[in-house]
Amino acid sequence: MIDQIISFSYLIAAALFIIGLKRMSSPKNARQGIIWAGYGMILATVVTFAYPDLHNFALMGVAIISSSMLAWWSAKKVAMTDMPQMIALYNGMGGGAAAAIAAVELIKLATEHAHQSSLPFMPPTYDHSVSLAVLILAILGGLIGTVAFSGSLIAFAKLQGWMKGVIRFKGQRALNGLAFLGTLCLGFIMATQVEMIPGTTQIFAGTFPIEILLAFFVLALVFGVMMTVPIGGADMPVVISLFNALTGLAVGFEGFVLGNAAMMIAGTVVGSAGFLLTQLMAKAMNRSLSNVLFSNFGSSGSGEAQEISGSMKPIEAADVGVMMAYAEKVLIIPGYGMAVAQAQHKIWELTQLLRKNGVKVKFAIHPVAGRMPGHMNVLLAEAGVPYDIIEDLDEVNEEFATADVCLVIGANDVVNPDAKDNPDSPIYGMPILNAWQAKNCIVIKRGQGRGFSGIENALFFADNTRMLYGDGQDATGEIISAVKEMT
Amino acid sequence: MTPIEGIVALYIFMLAAFTGYEIISKVPVILHTPLMSGSNFVHGIVLVGAMVAMGHAESNLELTIGFIGVFLAAGNAVGGYVVTERMLEMFKPSKKESDV
Repeated sequence: MIDQIISFSYLIAAALFIIGLKRMSSPKNARQGIIWAGYGMILATVVTFAYPDLHNFALMGVAIISSSMLAWWSAKKVAMTDMPQMIALYNGMGGGAAAAIAAVELIKLATEHAHQSSLPFMPPTYDHSVSLAVLILAILGGLIGTVAFSGSLIAFAKLQGWMKGVIRFKGQRALNGLAFLGTLCLGFIMATQVEMIPGTTQIFAGTFPIEILLAFFVLALVFGVMMTVPIGGADMPVVISLFNALTGLAVGFEGFVLGNAAMMIAGTVVGSAGFLLTQLMAKAMNRSLSNVLFSNFGSSGSGEAQEISGSMKPIEAADVGVMMAYAEKVLIIPGYGMAVAQAQHKIWELTQLLRKNGVKVKFAIHPVAGRMPGHMNVLLAEAGVPYDIIEDLDEVNEEFATADVCLVIGANDVVNPDAKDNPDSPIYGMPILNAWQAKNCIVIKRGQGRGFSGIENALFFADNTRMLYGDGQDATGEIISAVKEMT
Repeated sequence: MTPIEGIVALYIFMLAAFTGYEIISKVPVILHTPLMSGSNFVHGIVLVGAMVAMGHAESNLELTIGFIGVFLAAGNAVGGYVVTERMLEMFKPSKKESDV
């Protein structure tokens, strides 16, 4: 009876997850989506306490409560700009949990023995047996979960600023390949050094030494670190999304190992959704996934210093204010610089002021602006900008030609015309926002340095571009007071 | 518990994979991050598996690893939920048409 209740609850939980994710894919009811999924999680967790033959409840409670409180506190406290690394962190934890399940299952197998019956001529009995397919899934899930765990933690450290720059050296790819092959070999040993119940295909014990198991997990951890350290910060969103998909897959695999329908369905759904999302993100940057993972994008060697004619022309905030107050249409392109300067609130204040004066204001968001797709949308939403004046690249790109002013705040590569014009540029082919088509283009920027990818931006040298140097928040504040003075 | 095995498991795998693909294929870019965060929460379901692994632990080693598993999984679920909820809380449509 209780078995049926548990199975049925898992089914409901899986359905709630799918409905929740589906709802999250439209802005109107996205909020309810996560709440539905949350109910699913609570239901599944609560009924699991009634699982047959479960022990160690006290310690389990300690683990759940302490971890929940820590996670709750950290997730509440973190600033909106730091969300991407928190996703990486929690995702890594999930991957680690999947790896832990695999480890427990494999240890059980490695320490299992046949029980000889005390009566003569009776066959031995076995506590536990698995099919080869399940064993392989356990090993693969353990491998994937471990890689997602250590890789996500590196991604977290990088975005948090604990780990600066990228580490690259000669032969790195070969070494990574070796580490991966080595892990696979250890996995292969575990899958083949087994004892079967005579006359069946069921495996009841592993004959591999426990050191192999340890080496397998250690090497997988090392591989996760090694594959992530050479990837630059600009590519982190794609990488986090990939690790998210990998964790989903690992959870799904361990679900098959435990015969747990909720984990199977939720993990597999997240796995496939995550891979598609990763590809959409990579495509938005006009790069293939393998290119993100294996190329040295943005390394110091990329692109010889290009000759760009003209110079960067500075402008004062007061003049920008005049320009905007008398404009008919203003398009704002935010980038990571806005996030760093926490300027989204000031930008919205400016937007409201301009809209009150009859200026049409829209936000143009590049798919990979910021450190994650949708990063800018989240920040603008935080400031209170309604999502219906926020436009995607495809929707807004024709509008630049009719815009009087285009304000670029903290964005760089996503408005670099080189992506269209210069086949030698490392970002050639990436779709960009056509900022240069606007009558006037104002760029708020800290200094004359290059962007994240280290590429010179021809837009900054264009005739209709003016540079407003300064911190994003301060500069926007100055524009606001300039506009106010005029109205 | 009756575990789900063999061909039935394969069916589940296939259908779930298609479902995930369908869910994502028509998502506006603006929701990519919340959705990534939401799916990050959903794989927090690994908690139930970690609970089972810990609850069935027979040695101290298994218990320790199980404990770590439950700890990590609960963090995934709770942290993933709070972060997603905070993000989605911000998606409000504009109140009035008139202020455009």
